[in-house]
Amino acid sequence: MLHAKSMRGSLMYSELSVLFRRRRTWAMLFTVALIPICLAFAVLASGSTIPPGEGPPFLDRVSQNGLFVGFTAMIMAIPLFLPLTIGVVAGDTIAGEANTGTLRYLLIAPVNRARLLVVKFLGAAAFCLAATFTLMITGIIIGAILFPVGPVTLLSGDVVSIPAALLRIFLVAIYVTISLLGLSAIGLFISTLTVIPVGAMAATVVVSTVTQILGALPQIAVIHPYLISYYWLGFADILRNPMDLGSMISNTLLQLAYIAIFGALAYSRFTTKDVLS
Amino acid sequence: MGLANISSGDVLLLGYSVPAEIGKALPKVGALVEGPAFYPYLSGRDNLIRFDSADRYADPATRAARVDAALAKVGLTQAEDKKVHAYSLGMKQRLGIANALLQPRDLLVLDEPTNGLDPQGTREVRNLIRLLASEGITIFISSHLLVEIEQICTHLAVMSQGKIVAQGSVEELSQAEILNLQLETAQTDLAVQGLKSLGIAATADGEKIFATVPAGQIEPERIVAVLVELGVGIKAFSLAAPTLEERFVGLTGEGFDVAR
Repeated sequence: MLHAKSMRGSLMYSELSVLFRRRRTWAMLFTVALIPICLAFAVLASGSTIPPGEGPPFLDRVSQNGLFVGFTAMIMAIPLFLPLTIGVVAGDTIAGEANTGTLRYLLIAPVNRARLLVVKFLGAAAFCLAATFTLMITGIIIGAILFPVGPVTLLSGDVVSIPAALLRIFLVAIYVTISLLGLSAIGLFISTLTVIPVGAMAATVVVSTVTQILGALPQIAVIHPYLISYYWLGFADILRNPMDLGSMISNTLLQLAYIAIFGALAYSRFTTKDVLS
Repeated sequence: MGLANISSGDVLLLGYSVPAEIGKALPKVGALVEGPAFYPYLSGRDNLIRFDSADRYADPATRAARVDAALAKVGLTQAEDKKVHAYSLGMKQRLGIANALLQPRDLLVLDEPTNGLDPQGTREVRNLIRLLASEGITIFISSHLLVEIEQICTHLAVMSQGKIVAQGSVEELSQAEILNLQLETAQTDLAVQGLKSLGIAATADGEKIFATVPAGQIEPERIVAVLVELGVGIKAFSLAAPTLEERFVGLTGEGFDVAR
């Protein structure tokens, strides 16, 4: 590089600005935000009569403490809705550009193919971050409006102050973001295989669903720790005292392994591909 | 252009072997490949900024100025803030050329630059190409519109089934050994006889007579003089080189199954 690289002028900045200027991105974030809102209103409408242990975890606590809206909504969104939105964004990365023909103009600009892949992956990762934080922050806000907010009783029985609870909420959002990175890498790889973005999106969602079905079969428990979704709901450890970051670390390592494998596959596929459409 | 791998042989682009040294050649090359393609939900200006951001040799500090200059050159300054999905095909085509002009280029590769354009659009693009050529940029056009090629190109090559079957300057390629004679008259029999006396075999179709004449064999004035002397009333007469289309068909074959 002959000139100093400023963030504003970089391809990364361009990628993020294109991603977050799409109406589709905002529509998905808006729908993500609807999850805690719907949940909070449903709990409010049903009164405070939910017996413990019924419905998703923490549901019975929502009416006592609004801070639980975010956790509960997150648990509801992880199996299907978040993977769905990630599938849309990650599946679109390369296939979407190939489909509109803009990929060939990016390549003759010229952009380095490996660099474009990295930028696309980081763009999808930024969306994961945006989606989980949208969900959590909306959950906190709607919870605070509709329900009392106070010190949070953790799973271990300890009570922590509101700022400490917010820190844990932040950590859970980070945890879920990391959980989704492996899936983003898979979506990126699938996206290099086709010029039909919808196909890549659907395939990514199928991968996430099949993985979770496999994860529910006890007969193949031996492969469970290697499934991408193994730690998805494992953020309960963050809600104990003392905080146990063991699953956070295992999860991060597992996701890094998936990023390495599917990143390499995407690289080998994309850097040798003839771009003809 | 670094989009596809080569199946055999070597390709030199501005003296660099591609795809091995594509990174050195591409900054000097602007291109329109298989029609323009943009992000429909971005404005024309934002599309150019996007593609320029992808260019690792482009200086972000001069980006805005270069984008403005390129838009001005193709006459899209008025429409720069419109979303591209609202652009006409001609405007997209021009925006595509603007994208190719974001940097000073030595070579422009334009694939079917007037494809799908209305007559005004075709004129716009043709004038733009002439303007750019007059600034000293080499422009490489691939097109099936032979009339266009005849109008704007200085040199051309004809390809058939992936092989170049003829190349040279436009004058060289349109220099024909056989000229087409066309004649319109009421006295067809008399005219065919008259042509026969000059050594030209002609066929009549209604009031029209067609024949082929080797170039330089006989002056058109003489043919007309002989026929008039015979009492043939001539309504129309032409002796001309075949069009580029006829030359093209002559080189590549005729019919729909040519490429078998």
